[in-house]
Amino acid sequence: MSYHNPPTPPRKSATFDDHTLAEIRRAAATGIYDIRGGGTKRKVPHFDDLLFLGASISRYPLEGYREKCETSVVLGTRFARKPIELKIPITIAGMSFGALSGNAKEALGRGATLAGTSTTTGDGGMTDEERGHSQVLVYQYLPSRYGMNPRDLRRADAIEIVVGQGAKPGGGGMLLGQKISDRVAEMRTLPKGIDQRSACRHPDWTGPDDLEIKILELREITDWEKPIYVKVGGARPYYDTALAVKAGADVVVLDGVQGGTAATQDVFIEHVGMPTLACIRPAVQALQDLGLHRKVQLIISGGIRSGADVAKALALGADAVSIGTAALVAIGDNDPKWEEEYRALGTTAGAYDDWHEGRDPAGITTQDPELAARLDPVVAGRRLANYLKVMTLEAQTIARACGKNRLHNLEPEDLCALTMEAAAMAKVPLAGTDWYPGKGGF
Amino acid sequence: MPVFDLSATPLRALNSALHGLEQGTNDTRFEVVNPRGHHAVAVGIDSPVSVEVHGSVGYYCAGMNDGATVTVHGSAGPGVAENMMSGTVIVEGDASQYAGATGRGGLLVIKGNAASRCGISMKGIDIVVHGSIGHMSAFMGQSGHLVVCGDAGEALGDSLYEAKLFVRGSVKSLGADCIEKPMKPKHLEKLARLLEKAGVTGVQPEEFRRYGSARKLYNFHIDNADAY
Ligand SMILES: Cc1cc2nc3c(=O)[nH]c(=O)nc-3n(C[C@H](O)[C@H](O)[C@H](O)COP(=O)(O)O)c2cc1C
Repeated sequence: MSYHNPPTPPRKSATFDDHTLAEIRRAAATGIYDIRGGGTKRKVPHFDDLLFLGASISRYPLEGYREKCETSVVLGTRFARKPIELKIPITIAGMSFGALSGNAKEALGRGATLAGTSTTTGDGGMTDEERGHSQVLVYQYLPSRYGMNPRDLRRADAIEIVVGQGAKPGGGGMLLGQKISDRVAEMRTLPKGIDQRSACRHPDWTGPDDLEIKILELREITDWEKPIYVKVGGARPYYDTALAVKAGADVVVLDGVQGGTAATQDVFIEHVGMPTLACIRPAVQALQDLGLHRKVQLIISGGIRSGADVAKALALGADAVSIGTAALVAIGDNDPKWEEEYRALGTTAGAYDDWHEGRDPAGITTQDPELAARLDPVVAGRRLANYLKVMTLEAQTIARACGKNRLHNLEPEDLCALTMEAAAMAKVPLAGTDWYPGKGGF
Repeated sequence: MPVFDLSATPLRALNSALHGLEQGTNDTRFEVVNPRGHHAVAVGIDSPVSVEVHGSVGYYCAGMNDGATVTVHGSAGPGVAENMMSGTVIVEGDASQYAGATGRGGLLVIKGNAASRCGISMKGIDIVVHGSIGHMSAFMGQSGHLVVCGDAGEALGDSLYEAKLFVRGSVKSLGADCIEKPMKPKHLEKLARLLEKAGVTGVQPEEFRRYGSARKLYNFHIDNADAY
């Protein structure tokens, strides 16, 4: 009698899943790593793993519309003669003209200005449109120094020295030839159409002692007027924060692994950097150890999407947050209304990340004049302002529920964690317990 | 002529006096004594004044200079004339690392030697070194001219864009994508003018060799993977 195995459905490997197999084939076919935009797509412990407790018998809440909940924040109070005052603790992160179209940059400036907050230049220098439409503009000082000049330094409201980004701590920028238009090439002093790799280290300083002297120079050039931020990718947040402070920063910007990028190797985006959630407490601890929490301000970025995220970041000790990807989505990035065109590019709305190719149907991550013209900067600016308002209202709703008349009065005690990982990273108790990993020695 | 004694006067007083000078001001000549290795001496000047610094300076002397003539009668620390826009910076002695880094315009003259990474990421500045330069000089140089009357260290012009390099002596090694290129009459002319402006005498343009970008790394290509 012969024996037949009952048939089993085909089984795919968890290790060699479809995406992994496709990537192996892609690498074999092209011989070059995958480059893309956006942030890490893997799931990492995040603000979703925290909940607010709200008010109870021992804490009374504030009335929604009648009792004020202050949202403003002042950045750069340590050394700068002219600190920055923002109405809301949500800023627009640095994204370069070059990576983004002129219209997109203008829209970000308009939206930020309507909402009473700041926007930031990027790797590629400052454009007149951007300066003109941004009431408060932070000027990035990057390793490439493209377009860097003292005139723009003086017409900026703050200076952000970029040491790293969460999407690629230790990596430089990339802008591929398709996006190096005449104007972009001229601003960067580069030949048109080349695949441009920005430096990953600053050309004229290395290490915290040099950084201190660099900050002195920038302060002297700008007569100690402007707040100086130092932006680092999430890597060693305790020490990076302490060293930035030692070097003389007014503000530390800390960008976790979820942070977006215009174009980077996928392997870098997915495998280098610390989750945003894991960065905040060590950075706050460093500031507290130095007696400078709230004196040197901390801005957190990387995966901020909603007022709840804002409230959670602030509760853990940040002074403000910064958004990149969410701001682009608000002005129209990956909008399903372009689905047909996304399909033609071999992707779908919500997954489009070949920003380096400059063929963005939404006209945002492109230098193609026809595509760029699709984005109306006035309408898009209004959308961004709406979104920023909603985030602020959401954060206020939570703060009032926790009995706080200022967003900045939120505290870790207002939170609980849903997972052991989040409890360990945020140092707030696992829901239903009074314990988090590391507390009490185990 | 205003004189700033940095052993008695704070740096801030010097730099703020040098900024925002009214057009047509009579004070167009400044003197700095006892710089004692101070950092950020005479930075961010935005008018055509002249500054004589008597002694040696620390980091970033004449940083972001835009139009002034700054002379250091001594040696300069790292990043002298970094990101210069226009004007002239002269170092009578030696210069440390990153001299003229990211400079966009103007002329930097170093009468002694310059250390490593001279002209790193240069974007239009002209640099003339009477002596020799260290390793990794003109790394990622985008535009401008680097003239070296002596020798150059390892990896000259690594990942070079369109900066033009002229070296009279030996070059220890060339960096990725940097090659020797033929010296054409227009290069000899430019070189002669730079040598004259920099006060180099007894040296002929014909004694130099020219180096520039092979432009092979300008676009990603799998066959160049070893160089990335
Ligand atoms: C299109 C794009 C361009 C960017 N360009 C820069 C840049 O030029 N300099 C920089 O420091 N960060 C840059 N970033 C990173 C942002 O400043 C910020 O750190 C990040 O977007 C925050 O994370 P989020 O996108 O999850 O909000 C860029 C991000 C994006 C999405």
